[in-house]
Amino acid sequence: MEKDSQVLSGADIFFECLKREKVEYIFGYPGGAVLKLYEHLYDVDFLKHILVRHEQGAVHMAEGYAKASGKVGVVLVTSGPGATNTVTGIADAYMDSVPIVVFTGQVPSHLIGNDAFQEADIVGITRPITKHNFLVRNINELALTIRKAFFIAATGRPGPVVVDLPKDVINSKTKFEYPVDVDLRGYKPIYKGHTNQIKKAAEIISKSKRPLLYVGGGVIMSGGTNELALLARENKFPVTMTLQGLGAFPGTDDLSLGMLGMHGTYWANQAVNNCDLLISLGARFDDRVTGRLDTFATKAFKIHVDIDPTCIDKNVIVDLPIVGDVKHIMAEIAAELNSPPDTNEWLAQIKEWKKECPMHYDNDGRLRTEFVIEKISEKTKGNAVVVTDVGQHQMWTAQYFKYNYPRSNITSGGLGTMGFSVPAAIGASFAVQDRPIISISGDGGFQMNMQELITASYNKVPVKFFIINNSFLGMVRQWQELFHAEKYSFTDLRASNPDFMKVGEAFNIESYSTENPNEVDSLLDKAFSINDRPVLIEFKVVKEDMVFPMVPSGGSISDMIVKRLNPKRMT
Amino acid sequence: MKHTISILVENHFGAFDRVATMFSGKGFNIRSISIGETEIEEISRMTIVTEGDDQIIDQVVKQLNRLIDTIKVVDLSDVPRIERELALIKVTMNKGSMEEIKNINDIFRGNIVDITNKTMTLEITGPPDKVDAAINVLSPFGIKELARSGVVAIKRGEQSKIVKKQNLS
Ligand SMILES: Cc1ncc(C[n+]2csc(CCOP(=O)(O)OP(=O)(O)O)c2C)c(N)n1
Repeated sequence: MEKDSQVLSGADIFFECLKREKVEYIFGYPGGAVLKLYEHLYDVDFLKHILVRHEQGAVHMAEGYAKASGKVGVVLVTSGPGATNTVTGIADAYMDSVPIVVFTGQVPSHLIGNDAFQEADIVGITRPITKHNFLVRNINELALTIRKAFFIAATGRPGPVVVDLPKDVINSKTKFEYPVDVDLRGYKPIYKGHTNQIKKAAEIISKSKRPLLYVGGGVIMSGGTNELALLARENKFPVTMTLQGLGAFPGTDDLSLGMLGMHGTYWANQAVNNCDLLISLGARFDDRVTGRLDTFATKAFKIHVDIDPTCIDKNVIVDLPIVGDVKHIMAEIAAELNSPPDTNEWLAQIKEWKKECPMHYDNDGRLRTEFVIEKISEKTKGNAVVVTDVGQHQMWTAQYFKYNYPRSNITSGGLGTMGFSVPAAIGASFAVQDRPIISISGDGGFQMNMQELITASYNKVPVKFFIINNSFLGMVRQWQELFHAEKYSFTDLRASNPDFMKVGEAFNIESYSTENPNEVDSLLDKAFSINDRPVLIEFKVVKEDMVFPMVPSGGSISDMIVKRLNPKRMT
Repeated sequence: MKHTISILVENHFGAFDRVATMFSGKGFNIRSISIGETEIEEISRMTIVTEGDDQIIDQVVKQLNRLIDTIKVVDLSDVPRIERELALIKVTMNKGSMEEIKNINDIFRGNIVDITNKTMTLEITGPPDKVDAAINVLSPFGIKELARSGVVAIKRGEQSKIVKKQNLS
């Protein structure tokens, strides 16, 4: 290309590299240490910079963009406070394996360690929450470092990478050479599954009577949803999904048992408890999934397919590990599987469990989250990008929204970051144009990044911001009622919530509010008819509802609470 | 059980810290750590003695492998190996105990590297259990100061080439 072998400034090299990484969007916020980059950005036309209102918002936007598109999300912030504001987002991306690259400005090299103005050791701070990070100490390393950062973020088990850019590095000049190939001798992700292990897996599967596919976010990241559908449908294997796995297999399919774990369906958890073969695909046996370890899937032979060897035998000792790309391994297992087991009896048993304890919510004329989510699911036919925040509404969405497509479920699972939904949905909207983008937040979490509403309205992104307002920090309130003597300590927002209609108005967003179930249909129709700008709807729902079923933290499936014994009413 | 893990790491900015941070962040134990050069300029060897059951050690090795800056990770406890440690032991001494301390030093084939009216400093080298034994025998005299190098270790027999990380499956 034209600029190769020319002498360029660090800033020029930076943008030249981003161009070759095919970066379309940067989510960022300027400041002293990155002024030179912003000076160049002014004239850059191959990508769009989205100005956020808080750097945490930038990282969640990059995550939303990455999760919706499968591409690497990019963030640019200044040194010191700009950098430290990204920490929560980076930790979030690390826990949920989201490929992002965060560029942070840094004070000039000679001032590093001096407690210089706006200096923070962001490489030190983010070391345990990044897949890898770099301090670029010399302009000659700049291009190669950026290349490595994108490569590391996107390959193997994806994750966040931080690149710290001292001001002098950006300002100095060197001959630009773009490194097409990267070879990191310490980083060789394993993609190809071990042939013998795959053969063995197929053998064991054919001999099983009660197999269960336990599917995590890895299947979506690997692009393996077709392979999964084939494996499940050809052989009639039931499928249960983790929070991050939702969307990997159609929620409306008869073979889908929905989510498992703490707030999973009764029948999915019974299936885990009674299966004789558990096939974990791109999932990591998280404690929210397993509950008490010594009672988890005790009757099952366990096969674990994952690209990250550290996931294997970390929480649960498995019988047959296969390290590699789950997409290809599923295809290979399916190909090896000549005589699949007869699962009819097993599926009939699961159906019995489903009848025994179906999903259920009260219908007394008051507005409930479950109802709202069901309506959204019906209206979109599961074909929307749904970005939830953290709390009860998140679990209800996981239970009641029938995700029918991959990359349609975006949520903060591992870290459980309140304030995720608003910015992540904005980020997703830059990646997806053919499906509605729906942000669902609780009244608590909505307030944690609502400054980004102006980013949404200024950029006219067609995000539907739905606030599920129960006037409480609902999920915490639920634990207080169940496990903390009903001391509703600092979770009651009834007297201290803002007027969300005025909030919407202040941020220049058309806003509606309802507490009437009969208005939900028409309001949703209204929201889905607006496609050139954001819209906000507040659903004022019942305050005291709890998410069921629930396996108490650290409990076993047999401790599952399926419904509330003494319903209370908070007025 | 104690395990001696040998790690070849890139001599990069922050690489040692990455290894140490991983141990503390994951709640793994470091009994001793030593870092030094290798035959290849841009590669260092870290030798870490850690403790844990099989599942923990399995995780330690995998987590170390996962770090981008580590090139090769070997649990030397599984293979024939040579382990050495050096200790500098400053022992309280008076006229009466001088001979006895000298004898102990001879038994452990140590060196007397410093002497004052009140102290004698011994240099003891050997496998860590030998160093432990020397310290044990010397403690009744009163140990004023102790510095241990941490274990360095190497596999017996022909050298294995530094190529890439072990594949785990
Ligand atoms: C940043 C952050 N702080 C605190 C928590 C702890 N927490 C988990 S759920 C929850 C309540 C969320 O309330 P709200 O946003 O109103 O949603 P709801 O549960 O009512 O649906 C809290 C405080 C968290 N997950 N994240």
